[in-house]
Amino acid sequence: MDLVCPAGSLPALKSAVDEGADVVYLGLKDATNARHFAGLNFTPKRIAEAVRYAHDRGASVYMAINTYAHADGVERWQSAVDQAADLGADALIMADTGVLDYAARQHPDLPRHLSVQASATTREALDFYYRHFGIRRAVLPRVLAVQQVRALAEDSPVELEVFAFGSLCIMAEGRCQLSSYVTGQSPNTAGVCSPASHVRWEEKGEILESRLNGKLIDRFQPQERAGYPTLCKGRFYTEGHRHHALEAPTSLNTAELLPELKAMGISAVKIEGRQRSPAYVAAVTRVWRRLLDAVDRNPARYQPDAEGQATLSRLSEGSQTTLGAYARTWQ
Amino acid sequence: MRISLGPVLYFWPRNEVLDFYQQVRDWPVDRVYLGETVCSKRRELRADDWLEIGAALIDAGKEVLLSSLTLIEARSEAGALKRLCDRGLQIEANDYSAVSVAEEKGLAFVGGSSLNLYNRPAIDVLKRAGMFAWVPPLEMPARQLQALLSADLGIETEVFAFGRMPLAWSARCFAARAQNRPKDDCGFVCKAYPDGLAMKTQEGEDFLVINGIQTQSHHCVNLIRHLPIMNRMGVNTVRLSPQSRDMNKIVHRWAEAIAGSAPMQLEREWLIAPPADGYWMEEPGMLESVTA
Repeated sequence: MDLVCPAGSLPALKSAVDEGADVVYLGLKDATNARHFAGLNFTPKRIAEAVRYAHDRGASVYMAINTYAHADGVERWQSAVDQAADLGADALIMADTGVLDYAARQHPDLPRHLSVQASATTREALDFYYRHFGIRRAVLPRVLAVQQVRALAEDSPVELEVFAFGSLCIMAEGRCQLSSYVTGQSPNTAGVCSPASHVRWEEKGEILESRLNGKLIDRFQPQERAGYPTLCKGRFYTEGHRHHALEAPTSLNTAELLPELKAMGISAVKIEGRQRSPAYVAAVTRVWRRLLDAVDRNPARYQPDAEGQATLSRLSEGSQTTLGAYARTWQ
Repeated sequence: MRISLGPVLYFWPRNEVLDFYQQVRDWPVDRVYLGETVCSKRRELRADDWLEIGAALIDAGKEVLLSSLTLIEARSEAGALKRLCDRGLQIEANDYSAVSVAEEKGLAFVGGSSLNLYNRPAIDVLKRAGMFAWVPPLEMPARQLQALLSADLGIETEVFAFGRMPLAWSARCFAARAQNRPKDDCGFVCKAYPDGLAMKTQEGEDFLVINGIQTQSHHCVNLIRHLPIMNRMGVNTVRLSPQSRDMNKIVHRWAEAIAGSAPMQLEREWLIAPPADGYWMEEPGMLESVTA
């Protein structure tokens, strides 16, 4: 299984490669990718440097062009595809059928991966993308239970990549418009969720409030750890009961599933977090390199090392991790 | 401009569903979408029941389609999807699994709003697969739709024009979670909420609505006053999404507004929540551009 790590900058890419990533994925500095944050991502010149650095060390670079092209801006997405080909990316990660179609026609030899943003969850959906665009691989959305991943792996027409660690989207990726409902900007078209430009923190006596475009997402007591107001991770009322109605701040961690994923024939595991620092990427890549090496050596005796797991917990949202939808009980 | 009635998004008791569609026969709607789009565990009505409802609506002069599930996870659900395509009716594909099956069976389909068709090349791919009408994503602003429709798409355009907006789908059932129940033993708690379960902020403000694994807007999108511009753009159909009460009045008002015999306005007391048209105006979806 390949280890696929995120990079929002050249230093992050170097960290990932140096710590043993097989693949690093990245995106351009615009709305063509799903982590369109200020100060993040790559100019074409930086991508060229990144590709050289990775290739010199035996690693690959995937380029994410995984938002949906605007009706009046299709050329920008097509140009991103052309640039990726020119810059020597090893594969493209895409979700928009129009962008996939363009890439398949213009650059048939450049491998195409289906982004998690396409939310393909079945053999039939994978068949569609394979039939029309000859995709080589699909990244599965974080909505399937592990039994469902296994069933899909048994008869998938393409390689499968699954999320291993990082921030947890609790909604089917690419099928969530909560962010644009509140802020006007969505992952699908703007590459952002609950954007920082719309976040406001307010102190009310001892209470700290977090708001997203005016909507109260959460209130924190002095002893509580205040998390970023991602709108699906706030506390709300249902029938008079205050709770994390959708999900608590937590990160996905599938370390314990690795032998199972390997046995299913999963091709790659993915680390989320292009918005994270080079230090974060280095620490997480190091832990996961060890985990993957351990499962390769002896899957039967594999056990996630305690120190590595402590590191991952420390780096997680709310210092908590979960198996997410992989476990039926989470659902 | 034609009117379609979207599928009932909620889990209504069997008799209420039957009563509802009994009324629909006499409503001025041209197209009706039937079936369960949210959760495969909701089985108050079986396939044969839906076909019976459909046959009565066809007799009443309506065009009838079967809507697919939106999030398809289990093999059993994929199997149900294949059977859905063999019922002799056209379908609304709400997931690429449904697109794929319809294409392989040579069945023409409507592309639902969750297929993420934001641009012409994406629409063209699905036209080649057999799509004869499409529903733009809810978040698509009028300006972008205008850009798309400025060249003839060669298929029908149907806009989600009224009702609570389905905004997200998850593996998790939030209705079961609200009752501290696991999804596998949900007790069908969603049946208690004919228009969804309110999710309020800690200030008591209505914010979102939980409908099983689906999260909806609290506000109802209402584009009735934008009818003239939709007409000019070349929108063919407006979709009205059912709510548990006053749907009769709402449908009739839309029909009258289209015919020019009533104001392009819905009475506030018919709505289960305030109206919004933010997405259409290229604003956050929860906003209303003018007070009704």
